[in-house]
Amino acid sequence: MTAGIPLEHGLLVAAGLFVIGFIGVLVRRNLLFQLLSIEIMLNAAGMAFVIAGARWGEADGQVLFIFILVMAAAEVAVGLALLLRLSNRFGDLDGDSVSSMRG
Amino acid sequence: MDGFCCSLPLWLIPALPAAGFVVLALVGARLPKRWAAVIGAGSVGLSAAVTPCAASCYLRHPPDGGVRIERLWTWIDVGTFDIGFSLALDALSLVMIFVVTFVGFLIHLYSTEYMADDPGFSRFFAYMNLFVAFMLMLVLADNLFLLYLGWEGVGLCSYLLIGFWYDDPENGRAARKAFVVTRVGDTAMAIALLLIFKHAGTLDIGQAMTWASDNWAVGSGLAVAVAFLLLGGAVGKSAQLPLQVWLPDAMAGPTPVSALIHAATMVTAGVYLIARTHAVFMLAPAAMTAVAVIGAATLLLAGCSALVQTDIKRVLAYSTISQIGYMFLGLGVGAWSAAIFHLMTHSFFKALLFLGAGAVIISLHHEQDIFKMGGLRDRLPTVFWTFLIGSASLAALPLVTAGFYSKDLILWYSWSTEYGSPWLWAAGTVGAFLTALYSFRLVFIVFFGDEKGHVERHPGLRILIPLVVLAVLSVIGGLVETPAMLGHVTLFSDLLDPVLPPAESTVPGHQTEHLLQAVVAAITLVGVFLAFLFYVRRPSIPAALRSSPLGARVCRFWLSGWGFDTLYDRILVRPFVDLARLLRLDPFDGISSTLGRVTAAGNSVLSRTQDGRIRTYVFGIGVGAVIAVTIVVFT
Amino acid sequence: MTLVLLILLPLVGGFAAWIVGRRNTGVCRWLSLAVVLAELALVLRVWARHLGDAGLGSSGPWLEIFERAWIPKLGISFILAIDGLSLLMVVLTAFIGVMAVLVSWREIEERVGIYFACLLWVLAGITGVFMALDLFLFYFFWEVMLIPMYFLIGVWGHERRIYASVKFFIFTLAGGLLMLVSILALTLSHAASTGIYTFDYTELLGTPLSSPSALWIMLGFFIAFAVKLPAVPIHNWLPDAHTEAPTAGSLILAALLLKTGAYGLIRFVVPLFPEQSAAMAPWALWLGVLGIIYGALLAFAQTDLKRLVAYTSVSHMGFVLIGVYSWNELALQGTVMQMICHGLSTGALFMIVGMLYDRIHTRDVTEMGGLWKAAPKLGGVAMVFAMASLGLPGTGNFVGEFLIIFGAFKVSIPVTVAALLGIVAATVYSLRIIQTTFHGPAATSWEIPDMSSREMLMMAPMILAIVWLGLWPSTVIATFEPALKSLMHLVPTLWGGG
Repeated sequence: MTAGIPLEHGLLVAAGLFVIGFIGVLVRRNLLFQLLSIEIMLNAAGMAFVIAGARWGEADGQVLFIFILVMAAAEVAVGLALLLRLSNRFGDLDGDSVSSMRG
Repeated sequence: MDGFCCSLPLWLIPALPAAGFVVLALVGARLPKRWAAVIGAGSVGLSAAVTPCAASCYLRHPPDGGVRIERLWTWIDVGTFDIGFSLALDALSLVMIFVVTFVGFLIHLYSTEYMADDPGFSRFFAYMNLFVAFMLMLVLADNLFLLYLGWEGVGLCSYLLIGFWYDDPENGRAARKAFVVTRVGDTAMAIALLLIFKHAGTLDIGQAMTWASDNWAVGSGLAVAVAFLLLGGAVGKSAQLPLQVWLPDAMAGPTPVSALIHAATMVTAGVYLIARTHAVFMLAPAAMTAVAVIGAATLLLAGCSALVQTDIKRVLAYSTISQIGYMFLGLGVGAWSAAIFHLMTHSFFKALLFLGAGAVIISLHHEQDIFKMGGLRDRLPTVFWTFLIGSASLAALPLVTAGFYSKDLILWYSWSTEYGSPWLWAAGTVGAFLTALYSFRLVFIVFFGDEKGHVERHPGLRILIPLVVLAVLSVIGGLVETPAMLGHVTLFSDLLDPVLPPAESTVPGHQTEHLLQAVVAAITLVGVFLAFLFYVRRPSIPAALRSSPLGARVCRFWLSGWGFDTLYDRILVRPFVDLARLLRLDPFDGISSTLGRVTAAGNSVLSRTQDGRIRTYVFGIGVGAVIAVTIVVFT
Repeated sequence: MTLVLLILLPLVGGFAAWIVGRRNTGVCRWLSLAVVLAELALVLRVWARHLGDAGLGSSGPWLEIFERAWIPKLGISFILAIDGLSLLMVVLTAFIGVMAVLVSWREIEERVGIYFACLLWVLAGITGVFMALDLFLFYFFWEVMLIPMYFLIGVWGHERRIYASVKFFIFTLAGGLLMLVSILALTLSHAASTGIYTFDYTELLGTPLSSPSALWIMLGFFIAFAVKLPAVPIHNWLPDAHTEAPTAGSLILAALLLKTGAYGLIRFVVPLFPEQSAAMAPWALWLGVLGIIYGALLAFAQTDLKRLVAYTSVSHMGFVLIGVYSWNELALQGTVMQMICHGLSTGALFMIVGMLYDRIHTRDVTEMGGLWKAAPKLGGVAMVFAMASLGLPGTGNFVGEFLIIFGAFKVSIPVTVAALLGIVAATVYSLRIIQTTFHGPAATSWEIPDMSSREMLMMAPMILAIVWLGLWPSTVIATFEPALKSLMHLVPTLWGGG
């Protein structure tokens, strides 16, 4: 609990991370990188929780971070599984190649 | 015997033919023709046997108030709306059931031979029996609701029997026309029923009539309305102006049907209805005048049309319309029992004429054009003599025919009662001339002259017996009521007096009466003579008349029944059909399909945004979130 | 308890039919028949038990009632009750149910088990609708009957079945949702004035309502029922649904589903909202007239026989609308008679169309004609019901229509006259049915079998019933009379003073 870092700084870092992740999702076509970017966004959100929790002196922020961590793990598991199927099927990881939404 | 007769319930009379119908409808197709004939004719025959029995009981032990009422069961009982399924026998119904069962039986007997080769033999008798049952319900009903049941029921049977040979779409068209046109009249009658119930609170005929006499003043609006609406029903059923158009086409049915339904019984139901509700009509002088004028106009119009027809059955059809016109004339001048008297004699001679025509038609292998007949006098002597008697009776040859006595009575009252006028009498007299002319035109063309058709088969006993019996009745049937100078027999009017008020002559003494009778008799004889001249001696005269330009046009106009069909087709049938065709695709459906189309259009716009690229979605989510946050923060 | 059994029987029977139908379709058919026959026997026993009742016993107007708490927190309870009106409707449901099973006997060859399950579930839903006395429960059953019906049309229907079933679904669902909103609004208004949350019909009666909102609440109910009835201009789901449904589907639609609309108007709309209904009444009468004339005209114009019969329903149900909103003894009795008789006569016409389709594989009247020669029995039966359809005396339809007309005459003469013109138009289209199918020249030399004994077995009771109702309606009238009297007691008139 370092009292020295102001809340705004922490939140700015979180926001910055989130924007990086967001832009990553937008500009990358490779699904693997999009997945990574989503991870970054999730971590940004988790970070914001931790910072807010620290600000109020409550443990809820950390609890929620763990929750997000678990959720992220689950999401990655499903996401990677889908990724494997897609790469098997289409030979690359370009998200746009599956835009027709038909088998 | 007397005790036995009085123990017979009234309901047997309609129930016997009804039972005949049920049996024939259920198993008729499997029965041999012989049995179908026995059941069909036998059930009506039994009914005809019960009728004199009921009559003798009625006459010897007159019930209280002159009406024997038999309540069978409660039909509908809702609060004040209490309708019994109940029968009432009074003098008027007695005359009617006598006509219906007796003439009905003779026609059934005739049909067993006439229809013998028809594949629909048992179906025919089923319909005929059903008709007789409904007709008897009509005349025996003690309330207007039950009367309406019979009324509609006979309409149904008329429809079924006109369209009996259903293969030909023309027959179907004629049948539907008859049903729909009469139903238009029935609608008016239904409204009359509604008015009577609303004001009198009952549909029992006796009570309603008493109530009306007690509570409505002469000429009061309601009485006039009810009378006119009832008249609407009557003109529909009885084929009077302006609803007469269906009857000539109704000849599409088998000839016995025309004899039974479209001559002797059903078409006279309108006359019966007006006589039955005469109390209301007497409160409505305007309606009385209307009845008389309609009768007079119809008898003239139909008489003219009968003059130029070439189909033997259509001649008779128009003559039926014309003769019912006489009955209406009688009703309209308050000569109630005279009208019913003419109804009875007319049913004899008109049934006879139709049956005779039928005998001619099958002898010539279903030839109906009179100009392809001729010279049948020697080939079919019995048919000729009976047909001659029928025609004489129709033309009202003085003294020797039943038609004379009844028509004479109507004509006399059309001059002499308070509702009468010389104009009505004049119309009737001109009509008498026309009647004589067309009826003997028919006789001379069909039975005299050169033989044109070949007689293929001779009618057997089951055809000849009804002809002879009806011919006898057509002669002596009038003797139950004779005018003052010829014995002054008043059996018929005495019988009906308790039910129908006697007509009062306003002309004192018998001098005028005798004079008018002589005039009418002379005119009738002139008519017969002219017919003889035109169609036996000098056939060139009518031919010349017909070929002159004016004559040809008049002839065509009369042949088509004064253009009523065309008129109705233009103003009623076409608009209905066109409107139906216009609406066929259900314009209201457009409202909901427009809603559907708008939704679909919205869908096609919005579905563009769903392009399957994750990046687009993420972008959308991001922008949306920014907008949402902005809204939350800055407002 | 009998009342619950009446619903459970087809509900459980449906599941059983489904399970059995996977293995053996024959057994499934017999099982379904047994279920509906048991249902009929059950309800006839109830009827027989109450035949002599004056109806208005100690337990209020209800002959039998079953009440349990369901969701007490929200004031929702499980109340089933019957009076004479409900009873007759349930009798009709069971009777038509038997016909529906019989009529499907040979027509349905695919997915037989789930078909009969849907059929039985529809019947369960309809039975529930006629007995539910809790508005929430009523809504529940209202939707229960909708969904299996949707499948009946959509899966086993004719060519355009998807379009028709979706249309049917959307119309009824939209109406149903409006009704749900109205139900909630009514409960909330009740709670606002009394503090008690309840959906109980008897408690909601007489809820004081502020006038502008009450009109909207009433309209919510009215539209839901008017869609089902159907009233022009929201009738147009009906011709499609009737035309595309399998025979049993058309039969149930015409004979039963339409009656739920009429039943709703009589049971709920008028008693719950007397003042608003009075304001509505003149409009409703003319809507009825519009339905009669419009339906008759369109029926005349159709060439698809099934569609033709469908439009006659629109015409006949116009009389029901007039009867309900005339709201006097004669008109109401006539309305109930008309509901029953229309169910029988139009249902029978649909069955006849089904039999014809089974034989000649077309519904187009221009391809028919002259069928009498080949199938006189079928023709005779068709004749009887065509005559019933045009209101011939001696059939129950005549009694119904004329009682309505006599009742309506007391409130509006122009409406009555217009309705009578509708009867003339009914003559025109009914005769057209006969002329284009059984009469007329034969389109080809038909070689089709006449009615089989199964078909005779179906039609005979229908004919007997329609004639029985035409000549001896007093048994039936006596059954529903007390129920209508108690309704009239709640709302003496909609026509103030007149």
